[in-house]
Formats: sequence, C-alpha cells, structure tokens
Amino acid sequence: MSEQRTGAQIMCEALIRDGVEVMFGYPGGAIMPFYYAMWEYRDRLRHVLVRHEQGGGHAAEGYARATGKLGVCIGTSGPGATNLVTAIADAMMDSTPMLAITGQVSSAVLGKDAFQETDITGITMPITKHNYLIKNIDDIAYAMKEAMHIATTGRPGPVLIDITKDAMQARIVPNWNFKLSLPGYKPTTTGNTRQIREAVGLLMKAKKPLIMAGNGVQMSGGVTELRELAERTGIPVITTLHGIGSFPEDHTLSIGMPGMHGWVHVNRAIQECDVLLNIGGRFDDRVTGKASTFAPNAKIIHVDIDPSEIGKNVKVTVPIVGDARNVMQALLGELPARDAMADLHGNASDWLEHIRDMQDKHQHRQQYLNRPDTSNLMPHDVYAALTRNLNSRGPYRVVTDVGQHQMWAAQLIDWQHPRTHITSGGAGTMGFSVPAALGVAVAYPNETVWAICGDGGFQMMNQEMATIIQEGITNVKICIINNGYLGMVRQWQELFEQKRYSGTPLSGPNFAKLAEAYGWRGITVERLEDVETAIAEAYATDGPVLIDFRVEREVNVFPMVPQGVSIGEMIMENPTA
Amino acid sequence: MNKHTIVALMQDRPGALNRAVSLFRRRGYNIESLAVGHTETEGISRMTLVVESADVEQVVKQLYRLIEVVKVSDVTDDPTVDREMVLVKIHAPSEKRAEIVAISGVFDAKIVDVGATTMVIEMTGTPAKVENFVDVIKPFGVKEMMRTGRIAMVRGTRGHGAQAYELAENGHTSEPVAALN
Repeated sequence: MSEQRTGAQIMCEALIRDGVEVMFGYPGGAIMPFYYAMWEYRDRLRHVLVRHEQGGGHAAEGYARATGKLGVCIGTSGPGATNLVTAIADAMMDSTPMLAITGQVSSAVLGKDAFQETDITGITMPITKHNYLIKNIDDIAYAMKEAMHIATTGRPGPVLIDITKDAMQARIVPNWNFKLSLPGYKPTTTGNTRQIREAVGLLMKAKKPLIMAGNGVQMSGGVTELRELAERTGIPVITTLHGIGSFPEDHTLSIGMPGMHGWVHVNRAIQECDVLLNIGGRFDDRVTGKASTFAPNAKIIHVDIDPSEIGKNVKVTVPIVGDARNVMQALLGELPARDAMADLHGNASDWLEHIRDMQDKHQHRQQYLNRPDTSNLMPHDVYAALTRNLNSRGPYRVVTDVGQHQMWAAQLIDWQHPRTHITSGGAGTMGFSVPAALGVAVAYPNETVWAICGDGGFQMMNQEMATIIQEGITNVKICIINNGYLGMVRQWQELFEQKRYSGTPLSGPNFAKLAEAYGWRGITVERLEDVETAIAEAYATDGPVLIDFRVEREVNVFPMVPQGVSIGEMIMENPTA
Repeated sequence: MNKHTIVALMQDRPGALNRAVSLFRRRGYNIESLAVGHTETEGISRMTLVVESADVEQVVKQLYRLIEVVKVSDVTDDPTVDREMVLVKIHAPSEKRAEIVAISGVFDAKIVDVGATTMVIEMTGTPAKVENFVDVIKPFGVKEMMRTGRIAMVRGTRGHGAQAYELAENGHTSEPVAALN
C-alpha cells in the first residue's frame, strides 16, 4: 500500500473504499485526470456517461432515493459544474445523499478567470450541506471521506467537492489512516427520553390522533416501525408526498395524502385532530397551507433529525430531535402493549370512522368518478390502468416529474411499497423524471421503472434516452401525460387568472417517433381502448418504451387548496362558469 | 426591530465565515458589525455579529447546522462585557491639540500618532461610549475613521470557551459537543 498514487487515483480509491459502485458524469478539460484514472478502476467503479450534467445529477438522485445509498455525479469545471446546480438544489431540498465531484482549473490560475473557471463552491454554498475546494493532493483522501460521511449521515444532503486539476495530477503515497475531525457535526440520532415519554403521554390521552409520515420514515429505514406504531396504537396514518410508500395505502389505517392536492378528508382530519405526530416531515407550505391556521386544535409532536426544522413553520408542543426509526423504536418501547391501550384504541377507531365518513362524503379519488362529458382520453384512465398493471406485474419503481401528472400519480396510484415513489418534491424540478429513472434503473435492473412526466418536463431532459440506450438499459418505460400545456400553471391561470393562458400552450415533436429515433419503442395512445394494450406492450417489450398518452387538454387537479389559505378551504371542482 | 448580538465558535477553515454570514444575507438581514478572530484554541475562531432583525432564532438554528460551526449563542439578553475599538484621524492644527488631548484623557483614549496637522486617536470602550467619543471628537474634523465592531463576552462562569473543542493530535476531537450545551 505504500505505492504512489495520483490525486485522481486517490479519488477513485476513496470512492471504492466507501462502497460507491456507480457514478453519473460528463468529462471535460479540468476533470480529465479523474477520467484517466477511473479507466483502471472500471471493473469496480461503473461510469455512466450522461448527456447533460443536470441529467447526471438527477440520475444520482434517482439512484440514491431508490437505494438509500450515496448517489455520485461528476462534471468538469465551469459550465459542467453550473449544469449540476439544479440537481444539487433538488437534492438539498429533498435531503438526498449526493456527492457531486467537479474538476477545477489548476491552482496556479485559480481566481484569474481561466478558461472554464467558475467559483462553484461559492455558487453552491447555500444549496449544499457542505462543500470543499481542494487545491492540494494531501487533502483529497480526507476530504473525500469527510464529504461522503456528511452526505450520508444525519439529515442527508448533497456535498460538492471541487478539486483542482493539478491536485488530481500530483502524486503522493496516500495516507488512509486518519480520523474525521468534525467538532461541529454530531447529529443527534437518539430522541430525548423525557420528550419521548411526553409524546407517549399525549398520544395515550388523545381522542383524535394522527400520524403524519414524511420523508424521514423511508430514509431512516423505519417502515416496519411505522407500521407497528400505527397498528399498536390504532392511529390513522397520513403520508406526505415523500412519505408515500412508507405505509401501504390498502392498510385500514392509511388515510392518504395531505396538503395542496391532498384529500379533503385528510386535510379536514388535520384541522380537527387533537394530537399530530409528524415523523420526519418538515411541514412544507404545500402541506400546511397557511401555517398559522394549520391543525389549530392539535398538540404537535415533531420528530426530525434536523433541529433547525423544529418550530420553523408551525408551533410544536413536543419536539424530538432524532433519527425517525430510532425515535419510533423508542416510542414503541415506552408505549404499553396493544391490549393495555383500550381507551386509545376506542378513541382512535371512532375517530377513524369519522374520517371515513368524511371520505365517503367527499368521494375518495372523486375526480376519477366525476367524469367530464368527453370522448377524449382522461388522464385518470391512464393512472387506473397503470395501477392495475403495477400491482400485478412484479416489482416496480415509479419516478414522477413535476406538475399535474405528478399530483395525479400521488393521488391515483395505489402505493404499497417503500422507495417505489420517487419525485422532485421540495424543489419541484421539471425534467427530473427521465434522468432519475435512469439512475433507478441502474440500481434495479430487474424491476420495471416507470417515468411518468408531462410533455413539458419530458422535453427538458429527454436527451437521457440516449444514455439509456448506450448503457443497454431495457427496464425504463416512459409515460407522457401529454396535454399540450404546462398544465399546472395553466390550471392556476384558469382558476385564478381568468384563463389568461400566458406562456402555457406547448407544442412538441411526435414523441413516439422521437423515441424511435433514439432506438426506443414508441407508442401513441389517443383512445381509452388502447391504453391497456399499450401498457401491456410496454411490459412485453424487452427494451425501453415510451408511451405518449394524448389526454384531454384542460383537466384540473382536484381537490386543491389555493396558495396562502387554510387547508380547510379546498376547491373540489371547476367553478361553474 | 431588535439588535441581536450573536457569538459563534467555528472551525478556522476557508469558507466558514462566508457560509455563516450567507445565512443572514439569505433572509435579507443587514449585518451591523462583524468581528472575527482566533480564540484560545488553535483551529477555532470566534465571531461576534450584531444584526438588526425581529427574530433571529431560526438563523441561529441554521448556523448550528453548518458543519464548521461548533457553538452559537444569542447573547443579546445575557450580561456581557461588550467592547469596541475605534481609530480616528482628526484634523489637529497646533492651536487645537491641547483641547483634543484633554478630551482624549476624559475618554481614556490614546494619541497614537501626531502629524503636521493631524492626530490619530485610539479609543476602546463599550459601543455606546465609543459612539459618545466619536460625537465629541467629530467637530474637530474627522479625516478617517475605522471601528472594529463589537466583541462580546458573557460575564461570570457561564461561558463560551473554545478549549472544549481542542483538536487532539490525530485530528479527532475528544469531547462530544452535546455534552457542552
């Protein structure tokens, strides 16, 4: 082990030492030494050449969110690095463990506006969990280790490491014998016992309790604990957009998604509940509506690993800083056995019945039932067919983009399994789905990976279809809900801006032909009777398939809470003109 | 709007200060003064920051979240020793010098340079006293002025020491931060 290594070789070995197996990247001048070195490690470190660095970033996110492991993306200096910015911001908002590696111009010309020089550590400072500018080969091994540690521990997030070309080219005998020195970084993973007891006390006395499962449940691997917690206490479970998959939707205690496009009965339940246990969610404004009016009758227990999330958006009665799974285990440890909680069970079951009454009144998946008078294909029919197929055809992952199709997917698919619903939540990054599906497919080559997107988002990042072909990936199926509009913006324009469709009508190429040009199978569906056949064909094809579902153009996502009002005030259907 | 005095200990690494002050920029808070320097422990710097805003609690929490920040306190309501230093170069023709020297004496200020028609005065005190001194000296004609910004230290045994964060020889810290809060 006392052989000399270049900085670039040290980077490769550091990645391998921490279990990295795949990287999504794009080479260029400043990062070339790393590409030179990774050739000799290619049997252990797979490199996927993407078509755009942003695609590489989203692919790394898809990989990370589906597996829970670190996602790695690479770009060169300057535009290579700035192209990663959107994906890094997305990973920051959704707490995705990501390592972004960028090449930087040589230290001798750093700060002198050299060719393809950009201050990427300066640019990404507010959108990374941490970042590094490395100018010296001696610092590479340590910084790589620290970066990967920070990205994957505590509340995960993106870490960027920018390494100058000369540091990658220099040679030393690497020293792997070090301990991390992070006096300011000691994430609290175990909840405070007193607060856990206090939380249990509140739950035991509750008459209308709710559990809200956020992103933290799946990220901490706490799906089993969540189920046990719900079943032991009989408390109904809400799953936020990123909580989807953490609790099976066919479970009697599952009541659905809250928030702007959540179900009426869920939002009403939140407004009525007396104790709300939020596990690993951050009370995003799309969940709370007007925060000051959120859950006005509830004592709120907030479990989050990030102390700066607690009390940020809503007032909390019992704050518990800790890892979601760990805290749920502690709660289970303090809670009496199921039989000893007759009161709570009685209350919870009356309460659940009340919620179900509200649900019937407001028609779960009502929009699907309230069919407009049209012979055109309704988006809901596509989701109904997808759901039937997903749950009968073996393991799957679904990646959604951003917009109407994303909300319909969250609402209309029967979500059952952890880490099967992958979407851009906090940042709302259009273009996320196709590259993220690539990342998911690399991680799970034996599962069917569906990318559901709109015609807008698809056209932002569809170049990664070429990557999918080059990598020989066969298990990605793209489903475009094509309505010829930037649908969500159009919906707001329709509802709040007198149908002034400013900048929202959108044309596109023939997507099926585009798919064929990329070497995919492309199918266009315009009629309801062809939906099922097309999906069956997608499954039957041993290769990537794109289905262009041309749907009724002006359909809205309901229910809807307009921005800035209480989640109790929902719009249920189109106002009658 | 209240003035808040925030004291933070952070690892002395490039970019750490930038990250810390960026959190205030993000919220649109104006930093009134900022003083940074070494502590008694090598590798740990101390920052005293004065900011005017209704509520800094969230920013303080987010400061804590920064990897390099090891301890943060809002010491606004704590009993503190506050100091600031000012250097003033004033117009000082010979006929005015006696008066300037007398005023400086009252404020415990030091004349640190005398030129043909100027004097440089160094004065240290509480920010209010510095303000007062500047008001009094201004009519003589200020040519240049530089203030360090406030530094603050909590009185008594309750403290904000950096020894606890001493880096061990192998670069590994010995004591967990949680134990010190």
